[in-house]
Amino acid sequence: MSQKLIDRIRAALPDAVIEAGVTHGDAWALVKRERYLDVVRLLKENAECMMDHFIDLTCVDWPQRPDRFEVVLHLRSSTLGHRIRIKTRAPADAPVVPSLAPLYKGADWFEREAYDMYGVAFEGHPDLRRLLLWEGFEGHPLRKDYPKEKRQCPIPFRDDAPAQPKPFKERP
Amino acid sequence: MERYEERDLPLPSEPMLLNMGPSHPAMHGTTRCLVLLDGEIVRKADVQIGFLHRGFEKECEAGTWNQVFPYTDRLNYASPILNNIGYALAVEKLLDVEAPPRAQAIRVITGELSRIMDHLVCIAAFSMELGAFTPFLYLVKTRDWIYNIMEKLTGARVTHAWMRIGGLKEDIPDDFEAMVRAVLPKVEVTIRDVEGLLLRNRILMDRTVGIGVMTKENALSLGWTGPCLRSTGIPYDVRKADPYCGYDLYDFDVPVGTSGDNYDRFVVRLEEMRQSSRIVSQALDKLPGGPVRLEIPDVTLPDKHQVYTTIEGTIRHFMIIMNGEKIPPGEVYACTEATNGELGFYLVSNGGKGPYKCRVRPPCFANVSGLSEMVTGGFLADIIPSFGSINMIGGECDR
Amino acid sequence: MTTGEKTKPGGRFYLTGLDQVIAWARKFSLFQYPFVTACCAMEFMSTMGPMYDMARFGAEAPRWSPRQTDVIWVVGTVTNRQAPILKRVYSQISEPKWVVAFGTCASCGGFYDNYATLQGIDKIIPVDVYLPGCPPRPEQVLDGLMLLQEKIQKEYARWDRWSFGSKEA
Repeated sequence: MSQKLIDRIRAALPDAVIEAGVTHGDAWALVKRERYLDVVRLLKENAECMMDHFIDLTCVDWPQRPDRFEVVLHLRSSTLGHRIRIKTRAPADAPVVPSLAPLYKGADWFEREAYDMYGVAFEGHPDLRRLLLWEGFEGHPLRKDYPKEKRQCPIPFRDDAPAQPKPFKERP
Repeated sequence: MERYEERDLPLPSEPMLLNMGPSHPAMHGTTRCLVLLDGEIVRKADVQIGFLHRGFEKECEAGTWNQVFPYTDRLNYASPILNNIGYALAVEKLLDVEAPPRAQAIRVITGELSRIMDHLVCIAAFSMELGAFTPFLYLVKTRDWIYNIMEKLTGARVTHAWMRIGGLKEDIPDDFEAMVRAVLPKVEVTIRDVEGLLLRNRILMDRTVGIGVMTKENALSLGWTGPCLRSTGIPYDVRKADPYCGYDLYDFDVPVGTSGDNYDRFVVRLEEMRQSSRIVSQALDKLPGGPVRLEIPDVTLPDKHQVYTTIEGTIRHFMIIMNGEKIPPGEVYACTEATNGELGFYLVSNGGKGPYKCRVRPPCFANVSGLSEMVTGGFLADIIPSFGSINMIGGECDR
Repeated sequence: MTTGEKTKPGGRFYLTGLDQVIAWARKFSLFQYPFVTACCAMEFMSTMGPMYDMARFGAEAPRWSPRQTDVIWVVGTVTNRQAPILKRVYSQISEPKWVVAFGTCASCGGFYDNYATLQGIDKIIPVDVYLPGCPPRPEQVLDGLMLLQEKIQKEYARWDRWSFGSKEA
C-alpha cells in the first residue's frame, strides 16, 4: 500500500526523488532539498495520498557525510491510513531546509526543536527560536561533536557547593 | 436627563503580561505559560516547555541498546511500561522478529494496567485543579493498589524497566493473575464513584463544557493523537489501526468524543479505563503458555545458570554487556498507543554498540503545541482545565 | 493524667528551653512547597495519598506560595534551565526554611550525566535532607521527613540567619 505512494511521487515529480524503498515495512523516500516542499505539498493535497496527519519531524547527524544533516519527516493519512517517511539532506556549511509551517501547524514546534538540537535552520518558519534549551545556550547538543558532559549553567554555583566528581571514564 | 451607566463608558486598559511560571501548582511540573491579558481574557499565550529537558537522546546514544530501557521508563513516568513496550517493539521491528505469544499477552496486560494508572493520575490532577479534592484521594488510593501489583511483578513501583528486546525480563509470578483479577472490580468501583461525583457535576460541567475546543482539521494538522484527538471526533487508535502485540485478538471499544472540549477529553479518559479493564480480563482468560523471551543470538542475555556454569555462557554474557547488542544497520519507525497518543520510536542503527539515534516521537509534545490556540480568546481561569485535560507529562514532552 | 496526682491551682509547669518548644511546634506543623518537576512526583502524590499518609506527621498542607511555607521539597530532576527558578523560589521563602532533595536527580543529578541536568541541587542551594531513590518509596520519604523533624528539633533557632539584606545574589 505504501509502495503506491512512492510510485505516485515518482510519477508526479520524477526528478525530485533520489532514492526510495520499503524497508522493515516502512515506505521511505529521499528527496532533493529544492523539491522538498513540492513533494510534501503533493502528499498533502493529492486525492490518492491525503496525508493530513503530521506525525514527526526530526534530524539525524552524519558528520562523515558531505551532506551532514538529514531531516526526516513522518506523515500519515487519517482517511486512508498509510504512512511515509520523507528524508532530505543539507550540507554542514549551509544547514537550511524549507519549513513546513505553512502546510502543517505541528511543524512549528518540531522544527524549533530540530533547530535547537542540531542547528538546522528552517526557511520560512514564523518564529525560529530555541524550544527545549534556554536562549543563551551555546552550541547544539545533539550534534555528534558536542560532548555529552559539557555543562553550562545560566547561574553561578554556590561557594560551598560540593566538588563535581570526575566522569567515570577518567577516574584512575 | 440622560443617565450614563458606568459600565457603558469605555475603560482604557493596557494588556498585562502574566507569567504562569514553571513552578506552579497547575502547570504539571515544568511548563511556563506567558499570557498577555486584557482584563481576564487571554489575547496571546506563549507556552514555553523544556524545563525538564534531561538529554534522553544524548544519553541513549552513549549507552548500549539495552541500557535505553531505564531511560524510556522516565519518559511518560505515569505509565512506564507502555514506553518500554514501544521501544522493545521498535528494536524488534529493526531485527524483524516478534516476541513469543505469551510475552505479547503479558505485555498487553501490564501495558493496560499502566494505562489505567496514567488515566487515574490525569483525572485526579484535573479534578484537583478544579477544586475537587475528594476524587484525587480516591484515585490515588486505587493507583496505589495497582502499584503494589507492579511492585510484586517487577520490583519497582514507578520505574519498572521490565521489557527486554525479544520479550520480557522474566515470567510472571503465580499469584499475579489472582491479584490482577482482585483489583479490577475495585478499579470499577472507583470509576463509578468518581463518575457519581463528577460526571454530571454542575461546577465541572460549567467549567469544562465548551472550553478549550479544538477542531478536527487543526488537530490533525498539529499532529494530535490519542484521547485528545479522539475527543474531537476522529476515531484513530493505533491498537485498532495497526495492531501490535496481539491487540486484534481482544474485543474492546474505543471511546470517541464529539466536540473536542475539555469535558469530552475527561469523559474519554474515564471510559478508556473501563475498556482497558476489559482488555486485561480477556488477556488473562486467553493467556497462552510458552517462553517469555526469544533467544536472539548476540542480543539476548543467556540464562543465569549457563552464565555461572559454562564458559560459553560467561563469554556471551560478557560480550553482550560490554560491547552491546548486535543490531544490523538500518532505520525503523515503530509506533504504539501510549496513554497520550501515538508514541513513536525512530531508531537509526549503524551496527554500533548502541543506537546511532534514538528518537522518541512524544505524543504530548504535539498536544501541548496546540495549547496556545486552545486558550487564546478565553478566560485566564480556563487555562487550568485546558492544560489539565491534555495530560502533559513533562518527562515525555521535554525528554 | 494518672490517678493520684494533684493539680496545683494555677496549672502545671514544664521546664524546658524556648528553643525546644519552638522547634517542637515547627517540626509538627511543616508547610511545604512542592517544587515538583519529574517522576518523583508520582511517589510524592502517593505519599500524600491515603495509603502512606503524610498528614499524620503534620506535613500535610502544601502551599504553593513561597511566602507561606517552611520546607521546599525539590521533587525530581532540576535541569540547568530550571536552576535559576529554583534559586529564586528558594530565596523568596522566609526564614526559617529547610530543603529536602527528593530523589537521586535532585540529590546528585541521577543517571543524567549530561549537558542539561544540574548535578544535584546542592550546587545552588543548601540542602538539609537528601532522599535517595529513583524514585524513593513512600516509606523512605516518610523516613526522610522524620529525619528532618529530628534535625529541626536539634538545631537552635537560627537567629543568625535572620539578616537584613540578603548575602546571596
